[in-house]
Amino acid sequence: MTVLPYAVAVWLLLVGLYGVVTSRHLVHLVVCLAVVQSSTYVLLLAVGYRSGALPPVFAGEPAHIRAVDPVVQALTLTDVVVEAAVTALLLAIVVQIHKRFGTLDPDRLQRLRR
Amino acid sequence: MAALLGWALAGLPAFGSPRASLGILIDHLGPSVRHATDMVAVVNFDARGIDTLAEEFILLAAATGVAELLRRARGEESGPAVDQRSEFGPDPGSEALRRVGPALVGFTVLLGLYIVAHGHLSPGGGFQGGVVLASAVILVYLVARYADLRRAAPLPAFELAEAAGAAGFVVVGLAALAGGSAFLANVLPLGTAGQLPSAGTIPVLNLAVGVEVAGGITVVVAEFLEQTIVLRQRVRGRR
Repeated sequence: MTVLPYAVAVWLLLVGLYGVVTSRHLVHLVVCLAVVQSSTYVLLLAVGYRSGALPPVFAGEPAHIRAVDPVVQALTLTDVVVEAAVTALLLAIVVQIHKRFGTLDPDRLQRLRR
Repeated sequence: MAALLGWALAGLPAFGSPRASLGILIDHLGPSVRHATDMVAVVNFDARGIDTLAEEFILLAAATGVAELLRRARGEESGPAVDQRSEFGPDPGSEALRRVGPALVGFTVLLGLYIVAHGHLSPGGGFQGGVVLASAVILVYLVARYADLRRAAPLPAFELAEAAGAAGFVVVGLAALAGGSAFLANVLPLGTAGQLPSAGTIPVLNLAVGVEVAGGITVVVAEFLEQTIVLRQRVRGRR
């Protein structure tokens, strides 16, 4: 049993969270959030993988061949769409923050509010 | 949190032998019931059709939200379009880009249409092809000037495309309701699996999604471009 795909998913999750926590720039923070979410793509695809199986595209092959799980692949597609939507909205908010406060450093933003 | 993560990892199936049986069921039913060859498309537009409709509306809502957040604020006015790329050199874009770019635009549009049209046959579909189509518009921006782009590709046309795509998906779903079956059930002849006009409504839904995604992504990108190129702050920000 190999655990490498799961290890990659966990590593992406942790390295993204580390970036979010230590971020000094809001655009950097949004990108780190995208890294966190990309760990879910790896996890979803890894969960559906079947050893030695073909992709779930049957062009001429008999229908009874072993194929990987198409459900999680469709879920990954949804995941990507959600990520694109979230990133676009967050970046729009970042643009407005920069307009209002003139800075993108989370620490300086906190100081401005007081 | 580390404990929760460890607990979740312990529950995962061994890599290479998934426990879920739904995917196997789809793999067996898809080719015979829907005459499609791409099972991911069957999941997206048949088994999870309503979820995909919601997914489409997520994108619609996000594009609307970006447009709303980036609307013209007080104290801002649209100046003449100043392309900030010109700050980096005498002319925007490299020689290679200006020569190869226009040829690439046609190729990119063709590739996007191909991916949208073959979504039920091979990996691809409306979401993937729509993004490729939107990237063709961005390519036009890279090789031309911003003002040319606005004239060649007016933003309202893309907003309209976005709304029409989303509406098209709903119309296909309602057509099934009008015929007396469930929402988004197939209403078109299934055809021969593997041929371009096959799989019933799946290619139509792919087309609707493709138009919606291409419009939505273009609107989002255009809103961000407008921020940097057209809008200028009347009062210069305090340092």
